[in-house]
Amino acid sequence: MFELIKKLTEAWGPSGYEHRVREIIADEVRDLCDEMRVDGLGNLICRVGSGGKKVMIAAHMDEIGVMANYTEPETGYLRFANIGGLIYTTLHGNRVQFEDGAIGVIGAHDAFGKGRTSANGVDQFYIDVQTENGSVAREGQPASFWREAQQRGNRVIAKALDDRIGCVVAIEAMRKLNKQTPHEVYFVFTVQEEVGIRGAKAAAYGVAPDIGIALDVTATGDEIHNRKMAVRLGGGAAIKVHDTSLIVPPAVVNWMVNIAEADSIPYQRELLVGGGTDGGAIQVARAGVPTGCISIPTRFLHTTSETVDLGDVQACVDLLAGLLSNPIEL
Amino acid sequence: MSDYLQALSEAFGVSGDERAVRKIVLDAIKDHAEDIHIDALGSVTALKRGTGTPAVRVMLAAHMDEVGFMVTGIDSNGMLRFTNVGGIDERILPGLRVRVGANALPGAILWTPIHKNRDQNVVKMSNLRIDIGANSQSAAESKVKPGDRVAFDSEFTEITDRIVRGKAFDDRVGCALLIDVLRGGPYPVDVLAAFTVQEEIGLRGALAAAQRLEPDIAIALEGTTAHDVIDPDANPDDLTRPNPGCKLAHGPVLTIMDRSMIVPPHLVRFLRETAESNDIPYQIKTALGGGTDAGSIHTSNAGIPSAVISMPCRYIHAPRALLHRDDYANTLRLIQAALNALTPGVIAPATTL
Repeated sequence: MFELIKKLTEAWGPSGYEHRVREIIADEVRDLCDEMRVDGLGNLICRVGSGGKKVMIAAHMDEIGVMANYTEPETGYLRFANIGGLIYTTLHGNRVQFEDGAIGVIGAHDAFGKGRTSANGVDQFYIDVQTENGSVAREGQPASFWREAQQRGNRVIAKALDDRIGCVVAIEAMRKLNKQTPHEVYFVFTVQEEVGIRGAKAAAYGVAPDIGIALDVTATGDEIHNRKMAVRLGGGAAIKVHDTSLIVPPAVVNWMVNIAEADSIPYQRELLVGGGTDGGAIQVARAGVPTGCISIPTRFLHTTSETVDLGDVQACVDLLAGLLSNPIEL
Repeated sequence: MSDYLQALSEAFGVSGDERAVRKIVLDAIKDHAEDIHIDALGSVTALKRGTGTPAVRVMLAAHMDEVGFMVTGIDSNGMLRFTNVGGIDERILPGLRVRVGANALPGAILWTPIHKNRDQNVVKMSNLRIDIGANSQSAAESKVKPGDRVAFDSEFTEITDRIVRGKAFDDRVGCALLIDVLRGGPYPVDVLAAFTVQEEIGLRGALAAAQRLEPDIAIALEGTTAHDVIDPDANPDDLTRPNPGCKLAHGPVLTIMDRSMIVPPHLVRFLRETAESNDIPYQIKTALGGGTDAGSIHTSNAGIPSAVISMPCRYIHAPRALLHRDDYANTLRLIQAALNALTPGVIAPATTL
């Protein structure tokens, strides 16, 4: 599984520019689904099976990044806007990659002075993407952060695990199902989650499911001086109870818990304060869709060193495959 | 330039009460489009049938509403309390000329003279009142009701032979462009025109219009902020201060990304190539402020590839904006060139595996 995680997390795909990730996933799942299409926003929609309930699974392909929006006339440095929620303390010295592969380095104003302890706006940073002949990128070009994926025991450290790891869970569940399900399942790899859950909104309208399940990362409560929450790394698949965008109907939570217990899959209940997923958009599509979320516990979210546990990832795969292999009665 | 821009600019149409603008629009397009329809929210939609077979269905959206205020109460001394409708900087309010209600009563936002007013801090909107010359609550109540809209009071003026000044260029200039598009042509594509309501308070009218029109592709037409003026918070001598944005007289503005959407890269490329092959100057907007009707259109239905073409205007969301005639001409040229060049193949890259 690490090889697939590495391939997907190292792929280039800031929000709105997911085409490379889409190509990789399309190649990966072409033989694992009955039908595949791309909608007008770029969501990759893959159908498996027919009959039973119409279930939409959503994992987002996009990652946070930056958009160059101004070239300094004197120095040639690029100024940039955020794509998604950047954490300013992670920016100075961090590397970004433009679509053609050019690597840029982010600098902070007054890096050894005030910039050391505070940065309250993206306009206090700039990107150096110059060669001896000047800047090789310009305004209007997006970039994603760059870091290679690495493994430490059962833990994987990579950029963009949010939410390529959700994509991995979907792909591995498709592999496990091997086209066998009593339901009509739409695995949707969505665009533009990080900028406001935009892709899933349109995809859910197009698919018109009976039930929705988002696959996304969630924070962990086992980091020092961070939000108190019950989820811990290595504690199993996180079954969402609620977050800022979604209150999961109790019937959906119970459905997931029952399958996890029946199949002896390690799980934990997740209550996330501050944060949402594609599930928030799916639940309000058309006349309303009962929607849940399987979350992958992840440390250091929105940094280039997001960290997951492969046991948790496998638990999420097993849980999703279990949900889709049995009759659904909510 | 547009025969309608002056009337459109001077019409009062604060979000939620766009009647006066709608009347001008209906009158201007009545002989130039079919299926003219006023939807339940008040947006005007119309079809200009294309010559191609099958014709791509292109939604062009321009919003009729403007930012302004609403009366929220009347004090015992006849002064009107008010709140903003849409985004307005509190710093521009003191001493402002306004028009109140359906009868456009002239009023002014009060300000105490400098003798009494040494404090230079910004005064909150909740501490300001509109004075309509009424000297009692009952006198004011006979003319004004809570809920009445209040608009900037500002006439359309040609300040040079190239530059005009007026209010509400955001987005009456888009309405003027869309009227000219309908009055021109024909085009190979079906033009689904939408003169929308309530953009300034959350892109609302466009959402309902898009759901009904179900276009193949959409382009929002906007008046956008020209940033080529001094940032009030910056040291004017500090040239390293980032000041991205667009400039007056530098041509139509193409959005890469704003707060409401990211334009698909293949549509940006199509518009750039269209401009270049027609020798139309253009500029790129990547400043992240604001959103447009395309923000709610692109995620509507099952997803609609959408783009934005804007005209640079200085001092929008204020009573006196400026625009340049050459920008108007070039923006109209770009829109029409895009309509003439749009084929199903332009939209396809998004959906090709």
